[in-house]
Amino acid sequence: MRGRGYETVKVAAEIAVPIAIVVIWELWARSADSQFWPPPSKILQEFNDLWVFEQFRSDVVPSLMRILLGFGIGSAIGVAIGVPLGMSLWARKFAMPHIEYWRAMPPPALLPISVLLLHSIGNLQKVSFIAFFCIFPVLLNTIDGVRGLDPTLVDTARAYGIPAHERIRRIVLPAAFPQISAGMRISLSLAVIIMVVAEYFSSTSGVGYVLLISKNTFQLGPMWAAILLIGVIGYVLNLAYLLAERRMLAWHRGWRAATPQ
Amino acid sequence: MASATQETAAGHLPGPEPAAPEAGGRRLSGILVFVLSFAFAMAFWQVFSASGVVREQDLPSMTATMGELWGLVQTGSFWAAFLQTARGWAIGLGLATLLAVPIGFVLGLSDLAGRAFRVPVEFLRPIPSAALIPLLFLTLGPTLESEVFLAAFGAFWPILVQTMYGVRDVDPVAIDTARSFGVPTRERLWRITLPSAVPYIATGMRIASAVALILAFTAELFMGTPGLGKLLNYAQSYGLTTQLYALALATGVLGVCTHVLFTAAERRALRWHPSQRGEAA
Repeated sequence: MRGRGYETVKVAAEIAVPIAIVVIWELWARSADSQFWPPPSKILQEFNDLWVFEQFRSDVVPSLMRILLGFGIGSAIGVAIGVPLGMSLWARKFAMPHIEYWRAMPPPALLPISVLLLHSIGNLQKVSFIAFFCIFPVLLNTIDGVRGLDPTLVDTARAYGIPAHERIRRIVLPAAFPQISAGMRISLSLAVIIMVVAEYFSSTSGVGYVLLISKNTFQLGPMWAAILLIGVIGYVLNLAYLLAERRMLAWHRGWRAATPQ
Repeated sequence: MASATQETAAGHLPGPEPAAPEAGGRRLSGILVFVLSFAFAMAFWQVFSASGVVREQDLPSMTATMGELWGLVQTGSFWAAFLQTARGWAIGLGLATLLAVPIGFVLGLSDLAGRAFRVPVEFLRPIPSAALIPLLFLTLGPTLESEVFLAAFGAFWPILVQTMYGVRDVDPVAIDTARSFGVPTRERLWRITLPSAVPYIATGMRIASAVALILAFTAELFMGTPGLGKLLNYAQSYGLTTQLYALALATGVLGVCTHVLFTAAERRALRWHPSQRGEAA
């Protein structure tokens, strides 16, 4: 529309603005010299000292493991419950009040209870806790996806005498997958948040634990480094999931492009 | 491909289930199933706790917990805490909306502004706000300000991103038509862009509402800002297990309240919109 000159300006702005923000922060933090707001250069230095690769194995790896395990288990349970609920109206009506209740529950409210019930502040409690809250986005999206299925597909399969488990595997799951995947993406970012909260509440290792210790010992440097690391984890996991989703759903977009909507 | 809701990774609400269109006129049976389902869960809890699989000091019986909850709702301190949590949620969400909608409008309208702030937004958005708790604790202390800041920070991103999508998703034909009729820019924004972005903003606010409540509660639990979270923290510290369960249940009820409030408000505000009208048909 407005030629290449404008495009160049936009690219320049996209690069310049983030740099400008960091530079202004750096200059401001140096002049303010507050112990609470260290300049970015100092945070990066701390980040480097702490995570590359001093405490990487002791704290970053456990956190990542908990996120991924909890996310995986929660998603699997969500799909496993969601498919039958999506297919049966009465089961759905029966289950919906409970699903609505638990998904509206702020996760930290259950933290003390999870410690009591599981007698653990280690991986068992962390993974189960993350998994429990990862169920709901996947579950609700699975139900929606299964409900939105083209009835002709299912009826055709039934008319051809395809057994129920085959129908689910070959028709229901693939057709609902785009929506299941959308739910999984929400669950993944939720898993990061819950990991932080759960480790901050009670743990002996992990990024949230470093956050807690640095608060208790009043060390602002490691605290900022931990905040930055949590941001990076959230960002990278989201990006990785988007890329994986693009691959997994390549067939879907091809199909969408080929069929008139 | 991506629907408006799934783009927003910060929340965990994939959109409301359209009030079961199959239900139709069979409202009574719906209520019956609801009551049955509730009774079943309560009975299961009672039997499970009596079975002794979990020790009683870890899982109080349903009747004891409900009795405790009944006792709690008769005290003023419980309702004060309940309202304090609701206050943190409301102020945080309101502040986030006031900031995010105008900013999202600008970033959505101007290609240049959108591109310039794409990287900061994309980087800040997935940061779990919970990570800021220790920083807030040390700087602002256990005050209403830190609770509101945390809730507003978390709620800001879903609303911002949804507003941007909404503004960008305006039907270009409508804009071009208005332009060719000589409708001034301000009128165009007010009468075309804003109304067509409202459903997106509403979705963003519904997601943000859940996030704001979680963060308000988290601030209370971890920082000791007054509210349900603080009560829960006390109950845990003093080993009052039954009260711990009762408070967690009450927190869930607050969550359901805010969710129902928002879905109803959204439906009311968007009565004119096809997505809502379709349900009535």
